[in-house]
Amino acid sequence: MLAKRVIACLDVKDGRVVKGIQFLDLRDAGDPAELAAAYNREGVDEVIFLDITASAEKRALIVETVARTARQVFIPLAVGGGIRSVADARGILLSGADKVSVNTAAVENPVLITQLSEEFGSQAVVLAIDARRNGDSWSVYTYGGRKLTDRNAIEWAAEGESLGAGEILLTSMDCDGTQNGFDCALTKAISRAVMIPVIASGGAGNAEHFAQVLTEGEADAALAASIFHYGTVRVSDLKRHLRSQGITVRL
Amino acid sequence: MITVIDYGAGNLRSVENALHYLGAPYQVTSKADEVAQANALLLPGVGHFGQMMRSLAMLDLILPIKEALGRKVPYLGICLGMHALFEASEEAPALPGLGILSGTIRRFTPGLKVPHMGWNQLQLKKSSRLFRGLSGDPYVYFAHYFYLPQDKNSKSASRENAAALTSYGIDFVAAIERGNLQGVQFHPEKSGDIGLRVVRNFVDDCLRSAGERD
Repeated sequence: MLAKRVIACLDVKDGRVVKGIQFLDLRDAGDPAELAAAYNREGVDEVIFLDITASAEKRALIVETVARTARQVFIPLAVGGGIRSVADARGILLSGADKVSVNTAAVENPVLITQLSEEFGSQAVVLAIDARRNGDSWSVYTYGGRKLTDRNAIEWAAEGESLGAGEILLTSMDCDGTQNGFDCALTKAISRAVMIPVIASGGAGNAEHFAQVLTEGEADAALAASIFHYGTVRVSDLKRHLRSQGITVRL
Repeated sequence: MITVIDYGAGNLRSVENALHYLGAPYQVTSKADEVAQANALLLPGVGHFGQMMRSLAMLDLILPIKEALGRKVPYLGICLGMHALFEASEEAPALPGLGILSGTIRRFTPGLKVPHMGWNQLQLKKSSRLFRGLSGDPYVYFAHYFYLPQDKNSKSASRENAAALTSYGIDFVAAIERGNLQGVQFHPEKSGDIGLRVVRNFVDDCLRSAGERD
């Protein structure tokens, strides 16, 4: 059976990890490649680098970072942040990443999703959606959650699928950073609106939260950052917990 | 020396990384004469069957691949590189595959989430060289829309050649092995230690085969 995935997200700035793993004895806790390797040893199913590099001249560093990581870590690697064109994506994918994730650029220029999927295949294209509850629906935000758009999250997910996205990375802005659990209602609504895999993000605080969003929330994968980095939840323990709850995971 | 065919496949670098990590002797080429004279071939792939066949045709690589396979050199096809061995794919019905093996690649039926994306288990069939040293139902990484069906006819090529099956809605063929031909639907270059073992098994096979020819 296809396993539910546990994904670790690393924020990368100027080729260095911000908020590095604090609980493992690492030579260099700021090196993305070394951190990805550590998560691989813990049994994580996938790693996402979120590039938060602000300056344009340091953007190229992410390509070098991906290349260095892919030489030593043999699990799927996705990269998000700052990808605005087919050329941006090509550099990253040809250096060994498997997927690119697009967010603001896709909202502002939806045809980018189609261009990317035609060029690299839909399996390489992740549509990242930042959503926040607005009355009885969820709105899409861009620019790292700073800008409200007029898009409805469920409709945007469905449109993204028809444009060629192969996967949805759904972040609940209401839950993000709270550690009170994923937004199961939002995740379930999106998961039922599309026939592509949905990754839930935002709100992970403990192992049970993952179990909830992977069952009740109908997510195919769940992502976390800080709780893994700080060792609040160990990936290996998390997976054992999920299995004990009858959830299929790769152990 | 393993000749890795470069026709623009998105996972070429990852495949190279795995070979390099394992210390395997390899070259990457898109030159027809180097492919025709290869001692072992590896065809990576991810993306679109039609694009792959068109690229191989544009680079004049179809005949050289067939020529090398005619000499029974070891061949490993990954994902699309496995699909290429067959007659056709529903992904691009107008473009024939290499047609070395009989069968057609199908699309997953509606009702299943596609792509079939993530880690799924192999049910290892018969003893195969590809999975030497592996046991149980190991997890490997998949990312695909199209698959090789398991033929109901017990005498059919795809059934006899199946080295592993995987279940996603139906049981499909996750790996084939027939003589010098090997193919995997999953991505060994992205399947952790299990995947590296599969690549190493192929590399060992190639080295052994080269030794026998010397």
